[in-house]
Amino acid sequence: MNKLLKLSAVSLLTIGAISAQASMFHSDTLKDVQAKDSLTCGVSTGTPGFSSPDASGNWSGIDVDVCRAVAAATLGDAKKVKFVPLTAKERFVALSSGEIDMLSRNTTWTHTRDTSLGLTFAGVNYYDGQGFMVQKSLGVNSVKDLNGASFCIQAGTTTELNLADYFRSNNMEFKAVTYDTSAQTKGGFEAGRCDALTSDVSQLAGLRSTLKDPSSAVVLGDVISKEPLGPVVRKDDNNWLNIVRWSLNAMIEAEELGVTSATIDNASTSPGIQRLQGKSGTLNESLGLGKDWSRNIIAQVGNYGEVFERNIGMSTPIQLPRGVNQLWIKGGILYAPAFR
Amino acid sequence: MFIKLKSLLYDNEVRAIAFQVLAVIVIAYFAYQAFDNMMLNIEQRGIRSGFGFLNDEAGFAVNDNFFLEYSPASTNLQAFYVGIVNTLVVAIAGIFFASIIGLIIGVARLSSNYLIRKMATIYIEVFRNIPILLQILFWYSIALNAFPSPKNSISFFDSIFLNSRGLYLPKPLMESEFYLVIASLVVGIISYIFIKKQSNKKHDETGVVTNTTAYFLGLVLLLPFAVYLVAGAQLEYPVLKGFNFRGGLDLSIEFFALTFALSIYTATYIAEAIRSGIESVDNGQKEAASAMGLTQAQSLRLVVLPQALRVAIPPIINQYLNLTKNSSLAAAVGYTELVTIFSGTVLNVVGQAIEIITLTMLVYLTISLVISLILNIFNKKMQIKGK
Repeated sequence: MNKLLKLSAVSLLTIGAISAQASMFHSDTLKDVQAKDSLTCGVSTGTPGFSSPDASGNWSGIDVDVCRAVAAATLGDAKKVKFVPLTAKERFVALSSGEIDMLSRNTTWTHTRDTSLGLTFAGVNYYDGQGFMVQKSLGVNSVKDLNGASFCIQAGTTTELNLADYFRSNNMEFKAVTYDTSAQTKGGFEAGRCDALTSDVSQLAGLRSTLKDPSSAVVLGDVISKEPLGPVVRKDDNNWLNIVRWSLNAMIEAEELGVTSATIDNASTSPGIQRLQGKSGTLNESLGLGKDWSRNIIAQVGNYGEVFERNIGMSTPIQLPRGVNQLWIKGGILYAPAFR
Repeated sequence: MFIKLKSLLYDNEVRAIAFQVLAVIVIAYFAYQAFDNMMLNIEQRGIRSGFGFLNDEAGFAVNDNFFLEYSPASTNLQAFYVGIVNTLVVAIAGIFFASIIGLIIGVARLSSNYLIRKMATIYIEVFRNIPILLQILFWYSIALNAFPSPKNSISFFDSIFLNSRGLYLPKPLMESEFYLVIASLVVGIISYIFIKKQSNKKHDETGVVTNTTAYFLGLVLLLPFAVYLVAGAQLEYPVLKGFNFRGGLDLSIEFFALTFALSIYTATYIAEAIRSGIESVDNGQKEAASAMGLTQAQSLRLVVLPQALRVAIPPIINQYLNLTKNSSLAAAVGYTELVTIFSGTVLNVVGQAIEIITLTMLVYLTISLVISLILNIFNKKMQIKGK
């Protein structure tokens, strides 16, 4: 009896303590990351060029490099990242529950996601759009010719909504066959379950190259939506938002200044480069980081152009052109706010 | 006073009640704290909560839709209903076919014919021991590759078409003429049941067996068909237009693959339940039946199965529930049931995981409880009859 009483008393107290602690919860992600000396980053389950693991489990991709840049800025070592692969359905819950410190998983920045999930988008690391791949034998040249066609599509993505919007606004009919994963979507397309496959343009080229017979399919020129992809953080930690946002901006700024991972440590008289090197200015202080935070990003990860070419550029199997993801001074829309 | 309290403390009954009350308080307190904590965190992080999202526009298309009005302009609530109906349709179809296959295989398992007996055993051992998800994917890929493309569809009388995307049937247009056909079907079924009862009564009283097959054909099949011809109800035929068939009623290939896989898989368990039920019937019953001159089929139908079902029904209820819950694996092949539509697409658009998952769980809970309620009533009926 005494034992039981004690047990219930202890369990009651424990519950009380846990709940009291949880209600006083105040997040300081930077402190947590530095305390565990590792950044936990949510990525995709495997999207070539964006985030995918190789045979020995090393992750690479432009989304992965955003995680690495943040690790370089906060911990001084781009390798101190723990990657958590997440499906489209899991990603936001994993972030808001605190399972991951940041999400970098080709996630489209939308109004709803930015305002009603308790999350904030920290920037855009790839401007994408929704495109179509069709069976060549259909002889179709434009989406407008696809009235009444069936589309293979991945469930739980903005793609589903854009497709419906586009066909509604053009008074066209369509059938959508929604699969759980990208691989199943491709399988359905290959087996002829649908006439066309729709996804982000950045993924179509990669998907087409993995078909049994790539020449049997063509990617149409039409792009029907805006898909700005970028990293996401929790809303309740403004400083962490700034760190992620400016880590990405540092890579874009470095490309604009013509600084690469090879030349970052070269002496320069340019004030802009000196600020990036951490030799002048106090940009680090308001972020709570060391003076060499941006230098570490460029030295260990590289500037935006390097990251792009290494992961999805023309020399890779993905073969994506820079397109709108070119710097604003070179005709693109990539633009980092003033770095001062 | 103190002594009285002390004796209360050592009273077994009082102590038993006190501990149970304490346990309930601890559990309730824990649940309350967890809920309170969750709501606090949601509020602190500025996550939207509540069920207002159900009235928002859904914005996405759904492939399988049987009876309900739905378009991308419909609300999330309508998408939720479509999901529930699609889950129910696949569950009911699966339960129907699994029961038939299970009954046949269960009886075949005890057949005196060596070949039939062994084939039933092999069927059960193979399909019971492969994970259901793999079977769904297997049958789906078979179906995708075995059937022709829409342009080369297999056609029956130019009104029913089968291809790798699904089965296309003529759809009756829901007008007043069609309701006449439905009404005549109902009338036909009711009068057939009445005639069957009469013939059963006659059999009980006089022992004369009347064959009612002709009545069945006439009342249940011919009567509605005749009304259909006379009233001139309209059918909408599916037509190949461009990429796909349009019009008519279409059942997607995903629906077939899922229903087929669920039926084949669950039938193995039902067959085993039926076999154990049959084996539980005392051998003397069969001997008595054949001593009375009943044929083997009659002995099975009239003597063995009614008693076997008494043992078999409880495990079969479990299998019906499992089949219903397994239907949520549809996401793998893209059949748009509740989990795919609501906990998949809607969840991803809206992002309110707690509300959406709770609603989904409530639906499954309700369906399962209703199924077990119905079968428990049926079970009770069977038990009392056997006295």
